[in-house]
Amino acid sequence: MSITVLKPGLQSTIQDLGRYNYSHFGISASGAADPLSLQIGNMLIGNKKYASAIEMTIIGGEFQFNVECYIAISGSEFDAALDNNVITNHKAIIVSKGQTLSVGQTKTGARVYLCVQGGINVDSYLSSKSTHILSGIGGHFGRPIIKGDVLTFGKNENSGIPKLINNILDMNTSILRINNGLQSNHFNNNTWNDFTSNSFLVSNLSNRMGIRLDGNKINSTIDNEIITEGVPLGAIQVPKSGDPIISFVEHQTTGGYPKIANVIMADLYKVGQLKPGDKIKFDLVTIEEAEELRFEQLAFINNLEKND
Amino acid sequence: MISVDPFSRLSKIQGYINTIIEDFDNMEIINEEPEVIIPVVYGGKYGPDLDKVAKHCGLSIEEVIKKHSNEDYLVYFIGFSIGFPYLGGMSSSLATPRLETPRTSVPKGSIAIAGSQTGIYPLSSPGGWNLIGQTPSHIFNVDNTKKSMLKMGDLIRFKSINAEEFEDRLL
Repeated sequence: MSITVLKPGLQSTIQDLGRYNYSHFGISASGAADPLSLQIGNMLIGNKKYASAIEMTIIGGEFQFNVECYIAISGSEFDAALDNNVITNHKAIIVSKGQTLSVGQTKTGARVYLCVQGGINVDSYLSSKSTHILSGIGGHFGRPIIKGDVLTFGKNENSGIPKLINNILDMNTSILRINNGLQSNHFNNNTWNDFTSNSFLVSNLSNRMGIRLDGNKINSTIDNEIITEGVPLGAIQVPKSGDPIISFVEHQTTGGYPKIANVIMADLYKVGQLKPGDKIKFDLVTIEEAEELRFEQLAFINNLEKND
Repeated sequence: MISVDPFSRLSKIQGYINTIIEDFDNMEIINEEPEVIIPVVYGGKYGPDLDKVAKHCGLSIEEVIKKHSNEDYLVYFIGFSIGFPYLGGMSSSLATPRLETPRTSVPKGSIAIAGSQTGIYPLSSPGGWNLIGQTPSHIFNVDNTKKSMLKMGDLIRFKSINAEEFEDRLL
């Protein structure tokens, strides 16, 4: 029960839903950049929704299957073929022993997940299989996969029966909804106006640690630096340069830049689909609205799980 | 910082959070843990920036070592990267700006200074702090984080050792 990596792609890692509750050791949660797509991919082939899968970024990899099994590809649309037959996202597909899956370039967002029956089996580290590249922990030897790696599958903890999912996940990443950040009052009304009415471009220096934004400088009116404090996932930090950074799944657990805003939890999966050159805008909502949107999202995922 | 995924309404847990915050005000900090002694070999290949720090601070190398090892340090917290202790209490006379170009690899256990702070690299990693020494102690236990040497609130002190002791303790 395994696959052999023939080509790793640009940056492919093993991810599940993340490693929580270890911030006090300086370890951020990591986990799938788009956890909704990971869960949907797993549900399509009857896996537990948190099973670990291969997360690919911008350019996918090539994998040879050493066993017959169900797979599903979920997330953004990438060119993908099984041997020479084009395959599509969000469908359970049966793969025969010896076949090769090739995932090429993205046609839409940054990330796609290859889910296999039983999940990818790597040792858990601090109760998660997620790779944390910066810390060099979790996943397959704490690093992105490379050519020649052989990845085995886990035991099927769930039905293993494929199911149809009418996927209506909104993949439009052009607007990210935000709440006020801890230092939102370090920025005056004019700055806030600029921040929410102008567009930003996703810089090519972006990665799983942070999404760097260009094209619209934001300047703090009080201090450029604050006393180091905790940094939450999705915090929008504004360093001296004025180019904001969205702290992402492998973020540093503490930092000293003022945080103007925080991407709401319900929109964090969209951050995982941002790629260099994308244009985004921020839309300020209340905590109550953010909470409501997150509840709707959890209900959406739970309903997908229930409906057979 | 408290992270919450609102499986329950934020308004419901707000009261609980407020109680925790109120408790902070009434809290008496009692530290019964013994001071953690961290052996350090200062300078040479173990601390390639010690000369630079001494020059910058207008002190002799011996004075830097004495000032650095003659303080109690409080572990404020472990962050920003895996296992890295933020230490409070360094003598301001040792403050030295960080390197202009960070090193691509700093050896595990390096004792370093950046600005008015001192820290310990728990694992080999890139870094821009001035390296003044190295400890043979394993500060952070990757395999069992609970067995790590330092945690928030610990008091520590550096003890100067020689290269021979360092190599002995590494075994």
